[in-house]
Amino acid sequence: MYPNKKGRFGIFGGRFAPETLMAALSELETAYRKVQKDKTFQKELNGYLSDYAGRPTALYYAKRLTEHFKGARIYLKREDLLHTGAHKINNTLGQVLLAKRMNKKRIIAETGAGQHGVATATAAALLGFKCEVYMGEVDMLRQRLNVERMRLLGTKVIPVKSGTRTLKDAVNETFRDWVTNVKNTYYVLGSVVGPHPYPLMVRNFQSVIGRETKQQILRKEGKFPDALVACVGGGSNSIGLFHPFFHHQNVKFIGVEAAGRGLKTGKHAATLVAGKKGVLHGSFSELLQDENGQVHPTHSVAAGLDYPGVGPEHSYYKSIGRAKYVAVTDREALKAFHLLSEIEGIIPALESAHALAYLAKFAPKLSSNEIIVLCLSGRGDKDLGEVIKDYD
Amino acid sequence: MINRIDEKFQELKKGGRKALIFYLTVGYPDMVTFMKLVTALENFGADLIELGVPFSDPVADGLTIQRTSEVALKQKINLKKSFLLAKELSKKSNIPLVFMSYYNPIYHYGLQKFAHDCKKTGISGVIIPDLPPEEATPLKNILKQDNVNLIFLIAPTSPQERMRMISKESQGFIYYVSLTGVTGAREKLSGTIKSSLHKIYRFTKKPICVGFGISKPSQAREIGKYSDGIIIGSALLNIVERYKNKRGLIKEVEKFTSEIKVALRS
Repeated sequence: MYPNKKGRFGIFGGRFAPETLMAALSELETAYRKVQKDKTFQKELNGYLSDYAGRPTALYYAKRLTEHFKGARIYLKREDLLHTGAHKINNTLGQVLLAKRMNKKRIIAETGAGQHGVATATAAALLGFKCEVYMGEVDMLRQRLNVERMRLLGTKVIPVKSGTRTLKDAVNETFRDWVTNVKNTYYVLGSVVGPHPYPLMVRNFQSVIGRETKQQILRKEGKFPDALVACVGGGSNSIGLFHPFFHHQNVKFIGVEAAGRGLKTGKHAATLVAGKKGVLHGSFSELLQDENGQVHPTHSVAAGLDYPGVGPEHSYYKSIGRAKYVAVTDREALKAFHLLSEIEGIIPALESAHALAYLAKFAPKLSSNEIIVLCLSGRGDKDLGEVIKDYD
Repeated sequence: MINRIDEKFQELKKGGRKALIFYLTVGYPDMVTFMKLVTALENFGADLIELGVPFSDPVADGLTIQRTSEVALKQKINLKKSFLLAKELSKKSNIPLVFMSYYNPIYHYGLQKFAHDCKKTGISGVIIPDLPPEEATPLKNILKQDNVNLIFLIAPTSPQERMRMISKESQGFIYYVSLTGVTGAREKLSGTIKSSLHKIYRFTKKPICVGFGISKPSQAREIGKYSDGIIIGSALLNIVERYKNKRGLIKEVEKFTSEIKVALRS
């Protein structure tokens, strides 16, 4: 089973971290391996996931969306119904519980759209931790509601003013904080990126999405889906859905990235579609970079996808042809945002709207006997400001 | 042929002296001033110069080097240009030059080409803060063929078994990180440096130099007592930043370096 002992998925992954963090990463790996086998921990986590976060989430047959595209039967995995409004809480409950086991006193996290920040702030409030979240200034402006939510939850939001002032630089700042306060601080990384064991650990915490989907679709349809579709920024909701189906070769994986203003404009965040191999934030993966190996500034209307890197497991899936990665533009995503709101009464997060947008190209090509499960990773309330602005 | 870094440390040992190492961001504040600064530092008694090749995401660096890197990147400083500048420097001088950068620009440049160009332009060693020994084997093997040292860091958080492993792996010298944190000048240094160095010296005969945070002559004096040398980056760059467009720049740098040197050698 991958990753291997060095945290490698094929050639991807690893632990490219400053020496100051190497011992802490080993400590984290050991602690995580221990709670993986610890029934009390798993029971406690599952308790919170069901009674507090609202799991299992529904697998909803989107009848009108299916009729709209006149193709495959479309199911939505409703992670948007979770407490705090996105799949991020699956991971933060797991990690903050782990932090408690490790006797850490302080929690830090990065956030892009603010969903991971809110989910971390929530878990920290629930379990009694002091919490600080780094967020790019640009993102703070476009996701103001989430900034206020974090503050209400007792978390300090620290504006990041360096570099692109978005998610990438928020991750940099959180690493710098961790390098400085590593002895008492736990870093809750929000995606399947970073040095080993983060990609493994976050994937496992998010795999609950795919495990539930397996059972639910069997109950409803008596067979596995033909394709899974999910958006990919760092790649946590998509890996969470895909991973449990890895060995079921007949189930296609489609990851949808942000093409921003268009792949040709250079203003996008389509790492797997347009990137090259490299090292960022602790792991070897695909990366958007220039001809000198400097990391490229990205653009996406969805703050949660606005990231130049991607989880190493996705790079691995791409390298072995297990998953296909595509990209849709801001405009296409916005169109899908409205479509789902209007015909299903569900306002999706702009991130999830990218996955939805791909349905327009993909669902009509399939027959009505075929099934697509799409991960509706979050709800769109947080995006109203951004969407309204776009139409002004 | 012996590596210039190794040669330098042999020479220092014979003379009973400690290494004075400075870090500069390549091309900061501009290419011409940067070249002048390197020459000046050598004239003022530096034993080795670290040339910081800027990277867009320097996670191990504090505000000073983040700022200088950003300025350098805006001037389109990259590895290729850094090699050209190194070549110029090597023509005029024999001071050992070391590249300090992050792994991605080096990986992207191509490991083989990187090693050859180090050799061709007189780069004797490489320090990569986000490349621990566990991930360094491919680069290390390639650098070896061109007699370029790969220098590793030990941190205050490194447990004994890592201290032992890194001491074994590091070439030229061992870079001891004086504090748990990012680069940047500090008013006070940690009280545990002496005991940590003592532990590392039990594993190795290689020279150990201490960097991160050192900004004052008194700190240089203190650290010099129980190490083989000191590394100063941010404190020097702060002076460069303050005087960058003023006539007194080189004088201020001289004043600072000579104070450090006197303290280190006393």
